[in-house]
Amino acid sequence: MSNYQELPIAKALNAGLEKAMAANEKVLMFGEDVAELGGVFRVTEGLLAKFGEKRIFNTPIAESGIVGTAIGLAMRGYRPVVEIQFDGFVFPAFNQITSQLARLTYRSEGFLQMPVVIRIPYGGGIGAVEHHSESPEAYFAHTPGLRIVTPSNPNDAYWMMQQAIESPDPVIILEPKRRYWQKGPVNLDTPPLPLHNARLMREGTQVTLIAYGPMVTAALQAAEIGAEEGVSIEVIDIRSLSPIDYPTIMASVRKTGRAVIVHEAPTNVSISSEIAARISNEAFYNLEAPVIRVGGFDTPYPPAKLEEIYLPDADRILEAVDRSLAY
Amino acid sequence: MGVKLDGKVGTGDMEEDLAVISYMGDGATAEGDVSESLLFAAVNEAPIVFFIQNNQWAISSHIDSQTKAPLYTRGEGFGVPGMRIDGNDVLACYAATKFHMDQARQGQGPFLLEALTYRIGAHTTSDDPSKYREEKEVDEWKAKDPIIRFEAFLRRQGVTDDFFEEVAAAGDELAKEIREQTFALKNPPLENIFNHVYSDQHPEIDMQRAWLEAYEAQMGDHE
Repeated sequence: MSNYQELPIAKALNAGLEKAMAANEKVLMFGEDVAELGGVFRVTEGLLAKFGEKRIFNTPIAESGIVGTAIGLAMRGYRPVVEIQFDGFVFPAFNQITSQLARLTYRSEGFLQMPVVIRIPYGGGIGAVEHHSESPEAYFAHTPGLRIVTPSNPNDAYWMMQQAIESPDPVIILEPKRRYWQKGPVNLDTPPLPLHNARLMREGTQVTLIAYGPMVTAALQAAEIGAEEGVSIEVIDIRSLSPIDYPTIMASVRKTGRAVIVHEAPTNVSISSEIAARISNEAFYNLEAPVIRVGGFDTPYPPAKLEEIYLPDADRILEAVDRSLAY
Repeated sequence: MGVKLDGKVGTGDMEEDLAVISYMGDGATAEGDVSESLLFAAVNEAPIVFFIQNNQWAISSHIDSQTKAPLYTRGEGFGVPGMRIDGNDVLACYAATKFHMDQARQGQGPFLLEALTYRIGAHTTSDDPSKYREEKEVDEWKAKDPIIRFEAFLRRQGVTDDFFEEVAAAGDELAKEIREQTFALKNPPLENIFNHVYSDQHPEIDMQRAWLEAYEAQMGDHE
């Protein structure tokens, strides 16, 4: 029998970090306000007391320097985990991530490994201003050399954190900040899946909903409402945005013949653009309807009072499901 | 920082202690990452020497358009002291580098060295310095060429022609070897496009590698 514990996502991430830091003394954690305070979302709370200031420390408020420091430490054999305090703060580090971190293994023909984890709380729904509510995943998914994952529930949060830290490649772990306090069971003994596998969350027959991160909860709500209205909806949490587990997606779409892809990010040149293109390549003859995408609009993130309109929810998803079923 | 975390700084054993040297040109100093590096080095008391080779020209950008204050003062506001040295004085460069690397090894924190020199040649084969600087300026600096100066110094120390001929011959031989080895290099194999993008297995990379290999095999030898 496995050991289970009921934890919110933030605590599960914290527990995963703690386990990885205890298992390997080369694992370091640093960023803005992560030490005494435990981060603005308390994901690193208690780690300073357990591991001391050589293992977890605050940095100047300078994201390029944070990632640059992680690169240097990785060269020296450390496994740094860095926190970017909010999604919109990652852009000052963009050059270090995309043209240094992502390429050093390639540039050195494998001589250097870059086991760096970049934690980024992302997405909206917390009533914050711009720079605190964004979904920057497409920028990074476009960059060869990076791995990008996003847990949607506490069990995945606990295990994906540890698996990301074990990876010899740089991993960006996008944490769905509006779901930090969402609770669920965590299996403390056995990882559920390899890091880059998608998960079938709910079986259905008429349409496949493909979602990740904070939108998985919305997709499951949509499926529940759909079931009450007599529509059978299958839900896939893709979990990994780079690489994407296409076999799991295609198996579902070939079965249902319909796909609706959901994320918070603007849809233009997004994760859903890529998945839609791949579905048309690999499951063209199985499709009963065009692939439909539900996302944020192609605008900057709006003022907080408008975000509930901007962000996709179960109703917006079901409207897209209805359009798909109408074909 | 890693060197310091490893306990390789200020142990008192100079064979054991380590420091890092980071070389850059004057053209790089305006990048924000240089400022962040100086700040991170200072707050972490990192054992590092920042060595700026200031040759006064970044392609066609003159140093006066890159900074208002001398570069050796760049670190002061961050807490990194600095010093300018004559970059065309071989022994001064050696002595200053050795001294400050030893200081860093002993745990004295970061230091910045600005070696003032001059780019006599063009930046690349596509550059055309005649469009942006006077030949007179170049001629003045040619007279300060560090190789000529160091040779004059050694001759005054009594070093004879034999030595300089030997060094010149060794230099020519090395250049010849490098040229031959460079021309003898084979084109890298096709799979090098895909190798080492990731350290771990990656399905998309595997798929694209397999596709390209099949495509190339079908197209045949087109060299």
